[in-house]
Amino acid sequence: MSGFAHAVGGQTWRFGSLRELLAKASPARSGDYLAGVAAESDAERVAAQMALAEVPLGHFLNEAVIPYEADEVTRLILDGHDAAAFAPVAHLTVGGLRDWLLGPEADEAGLRALAPGLTPEMAAAVSKLMRVQDLVLVAQKIRVETRFRNSLGQRGRLSTRLQPNHPTDDPAGIAASVLDGLLYGNGDAVIGVNPASDSLEAIGELLKMLDAVIQRYQIPTQACVLTHVTSSIAAIERGLPVDLVFQSIAGTQAANASFGIDLAVLREGYEAGLSLKRGSLGDNLMYFETGQGSALSANAHHGVDQQTCEARAYGVARRFRPLLVNTVVGFIGPEYLYNGKQIIRAGLEDHFCGKLLGLPMGCDICYTNHAEADQDDMDMLLTLLGVAGVNFIMGVPGSDDVMLNYQSTSFHDALYARQSLGLRAAPEFEAWLARMGILRQDGGRLILGDELPAAFRPALARLS
Amino acid sequence: MSDRSPTTENPWQQLRRLTPARIALGRAGASLPTAAHLAFQFAHAQARDAVHLPFEPAALQDGLHRRGLDSLLLHSAARDRDTYLQRPDLGRRLQADSANRLREQRAAHGGGRDLAVVVADGLSALAVQRHALPLLDCLLERLPAEGWSLAPVSLVEQGRVAVADEIGELLGARMTVILIGERPGLSSPDSLGLYFTFAPRIGLTDAARNCISNVRPEGLNYAMAAHKLLYLMGEASRRRLSGVALKDEAEVPRLDGAASGPGNFLLGEG
Repeated sequence: MSGFAHAVGGQTWRFGSLRELLAKASPARSGDYLAGVAAESDAERVAAQMALAEVPLGHFLNEAVIPYEADEVTRLILDGHDAAAFAPVAHLTVGGLRDWLLGPEADEAGLRALAPGLTPEMAAAVSKLMRVQDLVLVAQKIRVETRFRNSLGQRGRLSTRLQPNHPTDDPAGIAASVLDGLLYGNGDAVIGVNPASDSLEAIGELLKMLDAVIQRYQIPTQACVLTHVTSSIAAIERGLPVDLVFQSIAGTQAANASFGIDLAVLREGYEAGLSLKRGSLGDNLMYFETGQGSALSANAHHGVDQQTCEARAYGVARRFRPLLVNTVVGFIGPEYLYNGKQIIRAGLEDHFCGKLLGLPMGCDICYTNHAEADQDDMDMLLTLLGVAGVNFIMGVPGSDDVMLNYQSTSFHDALYARQSLGLRAAPEFEAWLARMGILRQDGGRLILGDELPAAFRPALARLS
Repeated sequence: MSDRSPTTENPWQQLRRLTPARIALGRAGASLPTAAHLAFQFAHAQARDAVHLPFEPAALQDGLHRRGLDSLLLHSAARDRDTYLQRPDLGRRLQADSANRLREQRAAHGGGRDLAVVVADGLSALAVQRHALPLLDCLLERLPAEGWSLAPVSLVEQGRVAVADEIGELLGARMTVILIGERPGLSSPDSLGLYFTFAPRIGLTDAARNCISNVRPEGLNYAMAAHKLLYLMGEASRRRLSGVALKDEAEVPRLDGAASGPGNFLLGEG
């Protein structure tokens, strides 16, 4: 294994491996300090970035950050590399790739064609050389469109996952949050519940309930109960109505093992979902969640920095043509992302890397109460991601998830982004909102009805 | 000039009784009205204050003394709150001085007690201040009757759950329970967690522990939490293990009455 060296400021800095170079070039964050892989000084970090900028992209095909023999994610990445797609940038260094991405050759079509030619480690590497504005500008050029019962990811659109969680999965409580969210124009990416219970019986009840609501009101969207992939497979075997198959994934085989999954079981879940043929407009049906720090928290990072591990999770995701990929950026806590600054940068890195690798990226713009972050930080990340063209965000009643005990974006936050950036819901859902008398949009102007829409009056009457 | 309110209320207020979620908040334009915005900010401020509230072991030590219990003031290897939040590994170990105090304690008084109780601030000193003594009262009522012996109570600043492993090992206790402040939620800044371990020693993982969470009057009450803990102690002593292999099957009647709500009102006739 070769090393890397860079002379700057009267000193020669040496880095023993690509893994070490990537880690030391990574912008500062608490998780990399916790892992003991971060640069020891600001100067060392920039020296590492300078050394990384000079590494030819082709080198990434010859030096794996986790050995090929030891990790099926590495094998997936290297065996699946598309040399023809890589050709336009094969002569470049990492620094050269940054310049190329910022230039006119990297347009929407060019970037779509390039995606299978880039490895996750290349994407992570170039992101480490980029400022926030670079991460926004390049991501904005890319569109990744997916379809199940509606069309997600088009330019000028911003979708939301309606997240109606309840501490005890009470059907009335969940229905109340679903209705509130729909009446605020949320829910086009998915109506997705995190169940409090992991019993298959309870999950089956939730699946039936969400399916019935979507059918009754003819909502052009899809449902998901965010449970383990093996539970979704079991639900499908029992004939339950599963739209999307959910799973949390990570960027190493060992971290995935800690989630109780491997590539084979993901494949099994994907094929089980396809067998139901429930999508009316398309068959993208996997819903993946990721987040920096998950490999380290499972002690399964192999000395690789958390942002590179995260990009490798996207290498897993893209093999399954997902409808939605959601980086749950601030959920993991301050030992991985300490404050608003680190969360904001990580959210933009994840969105950029995912899009560059061809994924329909969304972001759970979120934080916990022990992180040094607040609503202002979330507003900044929301605004930046809106400009960057994020496919979807969360819609949580009043930002307060009363089941998972963290704060995310609210129904109102989504309307803020739609107003201030002129973004609209998915076209089929937008038409439904207008038809139902819930919401009409004229550019940045939102016209919300003052009355309860007629279709929902009988439901509320049942409560009185 | 209009004297109309600049906010719009949602005509679905009756949904609010169905969930603790923040629904039907109304809107100013399409944004959050001032009152709802400030209510959220206050809840977050309370949670933040709970995370940063300094642990004041003196009052606790005093309370323990009045109950006839000896206690030891200890500190984790995390020197301050910022370090604690970023270095969970340091919060799991004792400072050298604290470890030495425990060695001296054991040399002077011997080990072999059934239970070492540890109280640590964790992520909410507020939870510990409010709930540690009332919970211990429930426990002390029943411990002697069931024949359990107690090591001195350890009070740990900047402690994480696993610090109890080191304390239990150094005191030579058969079991430990740590009472620790949980990560504050917006509606629950003072939730106390209990983690129980049989045969504590440095290096155990969460798989060796049993957790009783959300202990507070609005969650799991003190008597019920003490009942569950005593059940775990009995089972662990009998089977000589704790953790995932030891399920919590303590008979616990539901207190909330599990009121059956109206169900999914979005469906049905009409």
